[in-house]
Amino acid sequence: MTEVLAADGRPLKASLNRALRRQKLRALALIAPLLIFILVSFVMPIADMLFRSVENEIVADTLPRTVMALEEWDADSGDVPGEAVFDALYTDMALANEYKTHTRLGSRLNYELTGISSLFRKSGRRVGRFDTDVYTDAFQDADPAYSDPAQWATWMADDTIRANLPITADTYDAWAQMIVEAEGDVPAEEEPWDFVYTALYQDATAGADLPIGVDLSGIEPVSLSAQFADVDEDWLDPEVWQTIKIYSPEYTNGYFLNSVDLLKGSDGIEARPESEQIYVTLFIRTMIMSLSIMGMCVLLGYPIAWLLANLKDSTANLLMILVLLPFWTSLLVRTSAWKVLLQQQGVINDVLVWIGLVADDGRLQLINNQTGTIIAMTHILLPFMILPLYSVMKTIPPSYLRAAKSLGATDWTAFWRVYFPQSIPGIGAGCILVFILSIGYYITPELVGGTKGVFISNRIAYHISSSLNWGLAAALGTILLAVVLLLYWVYDRIVGIDNVKLGG
Amino acid sequence: MKTSMKLMATTCLTLTATMAVSDGHMADEMTIVSWGGAYSSSQQNAYHTPYMEMTGVNIINDESSAEAVAKLRAMNEAGNVTWDVVDVVASDAIRLCDEGLALEIDADEQLAPGDDGSTASEDFGDLLVSDCFIPQIVYSTTVGYRTDLVGDTAPTDICALFDTETYPGQRSLEKRPINNMEWALLCDGVAKDDVYDVLETEEGQAQAFAKLDTIKDSVVWWSAGADTPQLLADGEVIMGSTYNGRLFSLIEEQKQPVAMLWDAQVFDLDGWIIPTGLTPEREARALDYVRFATDTQRLADQSKYIAYGPARQSSAPLVSTHAELGIEMAPHMPTDPANATNTFLYNYEWWADYRDDLDAKFQAWLSQ
Repeated sequence: MTEVLAADGRPLKASLNRALRRQKLRALALIAPLLIFILVSFVMPIADMLFRSVENEIVADTLPRTVMALEEWDADSGDVPGEAVFDALYTDMALANEYKTHTRLGSRLNYELTGISSLFRKSGRRVGRFDTDVYTDAFQDADPAYSDPAQWATWMADDTIRANLPITADTYDAWAQMIVEAEGDVPAEEEPWDFVYTALYQDATAGADLPIGVDLSGIEPVSLSAQFADVDEDWLDPEVWQTIKIYSPEYTNGYFLNSVDLLKGSDGIEARPESEQIYVTLFIRTMIMSLSIMGMCVLLGYPIAWLLANLKDSTANLLMILVLLPFWTSLLVRTSAWKVLLQQQGVINDVLVWIGLVADDGRLQLINNQTGTIIAMTHILLPFMILPLYSVMKTIPPSYLRAAKSLGATDWTAFWRVYFPQSIPGIGAGCILVFILSIGYYITPELVGGTKGVFISNRIAYHISSSLNWGLAAALGTILLAVVLLLYWVYDRIVGIDNVKLGG
Repeated sequence: MKTSMKLMATTCLTLTATMAVSDGHMADEMTIVSWGGAYSSSQQNAYHTPYMEMTGVNIINDESSAEAVAKLRAMNEAGNVTWDVVDVVASDAIRLCDEGLALEIDADEQLAPGDDGSTASEDFGDLLVSDCFIPQIVYSTTVGYRTDLVGDTAPTDICALFDTETYPGQRSLEKRPINNMEWALLCDGVAKDDVYDVLETEEGQAQAFAKLDTIKDSVVWWSAGADTPQLLADGEVIMGSTYNGRLFSLIEEQKQPVAMLWDAQVFDLDGWIIPTGLTPEREARALDYVRFATDTQRLADQSKYIAYGPARQSSAPLVSTHAELGIEMAPHMPTDPANATNTFLYNYEWWADYRDDLDAKFQAWLSQ
């Protein structure tokens, strides 16, 4: 078989591919601005936010030495960690206090164990005044070279001395970095702080050779665990250390566990105490209420859309304006209007009392509960159901119904067997729109939902803006997103996503 | 051709204009964040206008204080802090300070001394609850009731909230544990000094929830400060907690049949913080503004416009009459001796620790 050649003598297939590729590239170039915009302003921020649900670097970043030292400690032993851990904590805390990161870590760990926030705040304030200055004095009194910043810098540049004094070298480096970054000074001109001398003392008692020999036998060792316990007894509570150890890895599933009412105990995953379980209830409630709102919208929206599609144009236009008018009104105004209507001293109850349907002392509770949320949200989301329904119904030729009837179908059969199946794509589109919008709503439920009518999104908003527990908010958001995608997939399997039409 | 030239020219102009606006921090502009409403206008009158006249700096108001902590954190992470001075409640200031998002202030060096010769730290006294916090006002959360709906015996103490027999009807409380837990324990026989010790224990928390359970069915939970005044005005509730300034305007400005129950009012503080991460010039200007806005006279001036007490002791004698109503403001201050016979001190440190835990429990309790 001979190859078909194009006019320029190349094989036709290659030539065609070339032309198509150029076309594709051009198409890509045309959508590139939008694509880049969406990537930068939408996909990346969301990915970054979702990533926070597992990210947990703050513990190891703030207390690197402590986390290392804790590896040796058995969390189940029920004992307080040994002195080595407290030595590491002293250096970490002193550094973190200068960088002002210890309180940030405190509020992070406070989500897991109540009380750590103030424990860290207090300790940071006191860590500079520990009794470890006896070490500093001992070295400096023994030889003035120990108070000379330049001498320190020379020692710490010498590899033999560094190898000899591992703890001191590490501590000095961290101290020098802090002096440059946090204080803006030059390490070679600043006398090292107490915790560097403490590290030197630790090296010396471990048997290392000092650059200049010092007799340390006269010094009473300072117990750092006692110093920390003096700030707050809680440092001797194994539970504090368990929490630090459990949350020391860079990534954690703790936020996800929390968002399904579980927690990370020292011996694995366990259920939260009943008095703190809330999220599963809220997820289920959000789903059920969103489905009811969706159902209400179909029931109320379908007849209106049918009217819109089948009335005279002039009447239909007027009706359309009535549908769209509330759509253009501010969300808060509409929600507040519902408050005025629905509250116990409100318009609806007043009318009911006036016509005698309801006793004055038995006014209906229509707001600050699930009823309130469903009524207000149905009203707000109704246009999202009516508009796709209308645009689909507009395309169904009225002649089909007439044909069905002329062939002997009753009104109901003609509607149910001929008209309704053709309007299903509109129902599908409306349902997806309304459902997805309603699970993300939080302003309206907050205002009219009372205690039983609030959604999971209210908790997400709370954790984003008030408690600042962004990790938990991200985990809750991720779960919500996963549930939506799952439902979308189920919908696709049952109804078929090709059957969704927004018009035409 | 002509049209396309015009189009180009317009686009260029628009672009330049947008760029000029987005670069909002020219030398003579600063953005101050506050709560909006009557509170912001009291600050505008007492602080912003005189400061603008004195220095020529233009002050832009932003009403984002309710989300200040989250927004500041986001700005800080993005490395672009667009706010210069932010008005926050004390507990938020502690949070911001903990997160390293607010500048630490040396009160004696960076704030004006009192008019009476005291140093700034003496003048503010205990109100300097955080290293980053510059106190401005003392406000209180207290209870207001409908005088025409409570019957013949007007309530005199906080436990009227829990007394549904004498005072049947709905009451409104804030949708968070703070204040409600304390009031519940106070009315369940716990001594004022022991409240936080009791609340620290599981049993104490259960006791507070059990007390709240007795009125749970007749509570409307609010989340915006304007809710309770609205509910009281509509007769939807017979009593409810809110900020004293809101009740003042409901009673004195809108002349509603409402009275204040000052008993067990919970004092809280509101003040300024300066975000970290500002350029040195902006930081210096923010400090200059704050030094001016929190001096003795300025703090006293603010009370002409709103019923919140000045945070400086030296300002108290200077409190005068309301700018429009002409009534003496001192008797409407939460700190006035007649109103402050029984007050409750809100414990910031304690709530900073227990807020996350108790809030989870409170929300779980609400949804049961």
